[in-house]
Amino acid sequence: MSAIEHIPEFENDVPPGENRGLLRFLTCGSVDDGKSTLIGRLLYDTKAILADTLHAIEKTSARRGLTAADLSLLTDGLQAEREQGITIDVAYRYFTTGRRKYIIADAPGHEQYTRNMVTAASTADLAIILVDARRGVLPQTKRHSKLAHMMGIEHLVVAVNKMDLVGYDEATFRNIEAEYLHFATRAGITDIPSVTVVPLSAVNGDMVVERGERLGWYEGPTLLEILESAPVAHAEHAEPFRFPVQYVCRPQQSTDPKLHDYRGYMGRIESGEIAVGDDVTILPAGRTTRVEAIHLGCQLFERAVAGQSVTLLLEDEIDISRGDLIVAGKVSHGGTPRIATELRADLCWLSETPLDPRRTYLVRHTTRTVKAKLAAVHHRFDIHTLERQQAAQLGVNDIAEVSFRLAAPLAVDAYERNRATGAFIVIDETTNNTVGAGMVV
Amino acid sequence: MTARLPEPQAIASRDGLGHLDWLEAEAIHILREVAGQCANPALLFSGGKDSICLLRLAEKAFRPGRLPFPLLHVDTGHNYPEVIEFRDRRAAELGERLIVRSVEDSMARGTVVLKSPTESRNKHQSVTLLEAIEEFGFDACIGGARRDEEKARAKERVFSFRDSFGQWDPKNQRPELWNLYNARVHQGENIRAFPISNWTELDVWQYIEREGLALPSIYFAHRRRVVRKNGLLQPVTPLTPAKEGDVVEEVSVRFRTVGDITCTAPVESTADSVAKIIEETAVSTVTERGATRLDDQASEAAMEQRKKEGYF
Repeated sequence: MSAIEHIPEFENDVPPGENRGLLRFLTCGSVDDGKSTLIGRLLYDTKAILADTLHAIEKTSARRGLTAADLSLLTDGLQAEREQGITIDVAYRYFTTGRRKYIIADAPGHEQYTRNMVTAASTADLAIILVDARRGVLPQTKRHSKLAHMMGIEHLVVAVNKMDLVGYDEATFRNIEAEYLHFATRAGITDIPSVTVVPLSAVNGDMVVERGERLGWYEGPTLLEILESAPVAHAEHAEPFRFPVQYVCRPQQSTDPKLHDYRGYMGRIESGEIAVGDDVTILPAGRTTRVEAIHLGCQLFERAVAGQSVTLLLEDEIDISRGDLIVAGKVSHGGTPRIATELRADLCWLSETPLDPRRTYLVRHTTRTVKAKLAAVHHRFDIHTLERQQAAQLGVNDIAEVSFRLAAPLAVDAYERNRATGAFIVIDETTNNTVGAGMVV
Repeated sequence: MTARLPEPQAIASRDGLGHLDWLEAEAIHILREVAGQCANPALLFSGGKDSICLLRLAEKAFRPGRLPFPLLHVDTGHNYPEVIEFRDRRAAELGERLIVRSVEDSMARGTVVLKSPTESRNKHQSVTLLEAIEEFGFDACIGGARRDEEKARAKERVFSFRDSFGQWDPKNQRPELWNLYNARVHQGENIRAFPISNWTELDVWQYIEREGLALPSIYFAHRRRVVRKNGLLQPVTPLTPAKEGDVVEEVSVRFRTVGDITCTAPVESTADSVAKIIEETAVSTVTERGATRLDDQASEAAMEQRKKEGYF
């Protein structure tokens, strides 16, 4: 481990336009791949680790007979986990470079893998898939890649770690790179906008934040450079406007007479953008009107874009409530979003209690909740190869293509076209637990 | 709407939202989900900086309407008077309802029993909070906890389920995917919702600066009599008097967190403005809780333990 003066200086005053917002990514891999060490290295080299935390892990490392601080201890979790020697849940960690803020979703490698990875991937823009340079592309590398693809991750970074243990050998790296890209092409995941393969040594820090001296033959970007330049969600192509209504503001009792007729539709723009004067349609009812104003608190906006939470005021008085979806333009019959009373979807089952075709469940899609019943299991994906296989049952960590019959219509898009209006969760009415995660096909 | 409206604006960043805009939008979305899904929520407001941010976010989320929840403070009776005064003033300015429930009342009822008169009341807040939840029938409490504070928090959900004893079970949390939060509970159970889960200490200070938020005075550098103990500054107060042999010094300090007097320590600082605090935070070498919390130093899993017992 390198000395503390190694910490780079980040500028706190970033010129306007250089603020690259926020990027969420997940790390896939097991402890054996050096995942914890890599996260520790990123946190340490970007100065997200402070002296008291470092001091605590130095003490623990020394107690375990290590000569240098073991960076993997930085991601050590709960007492409940230490007692059992396992990692049970996704942990979220943070660092910033001054230009961009990062949220890492750290999914544990072994226990409940599918469930944890699906959870972590659901909010991520980018996935780092770790490969041990000594072991190359493994079945789990392929599984992680396919799951990331299925979850709609736009950017894959294959981090070939432990280059120090193969003598920083270029040929070893090139072989892994070629093998991975061959697999990616065959598996059909090259439609992910970017797949980057990078050699690194998390233990020594080469090509993570600093280039280091030992990988001189590699001319591509460091891991941090890849993270710094990855476009965030919604930035790359135009998407249609989607605005699920969360809450309706009607402050009639206010003493201000101007507020007597105020009806604000509150929500977050899930995709696309909207401007004052735009035509909108309210789904699933299908009524149309125009945007009169866009508010947030006491601020007024001319236009608003994906990611913003705002309040929309509309020209006509229409009965709109939580669960309705406001979309741009006039939606024609057969257009998108589709008004569905049957959902065909990839479903990941998250509960120890298997999916019961006789029972009624709740489907929560955007801000709307409807009753739903399983209509069919079309096929299950083998958890290791993600190949299709016949199945009638669905247990914990299984993924299958299924159909649900709905008690009321939902306005849906295909998940691959729109993550927000293509995703849903399944809730067990009895326990109130979240038992499934679905992606509309 | 309020009388004075700023010019219409659109966001500027070429890559979508800046990080504070993104965090703000996410927190507002979470607050509106609580309001949309829960019948009777409350927002925990202590007068501390994180809950001050929460209040501003709630204003943005729900104005020009009233907040769809009351403010609730569980007072140990050992808070700094500047913070309590700020709490009351802020609630009055907003015209929102503030409910205060006190650990001292729980002690009088006999539901909180201290091991000794000098034992910190901090962890006993859980009892008083659960009593308030029962008294008012709250099905959700909105709190200002952040995942960067502590490793037990790093794994907690944004919508965190608590059973009818207020207990958090880290091994049995509801999966939380996309932004589809599940706040469904049975009678007597409870959701703790954390809208600023993804914020760091630095984000909080940057937001305070951007929004021009007022803070209790003890967040800024002031001179205070302290005793140095285990690398921390123990303030000398009537509750925590200097013991024989203690060397009392007067130094320039500020508080990074404010809480119960018996377990919150200030840090040495001359930062007397938000801008200077941001500068200090950006180059700080010690974590927020590490520098200031006497209660987390007890063991590696102190927070995890308290949360299992119903702590927020």
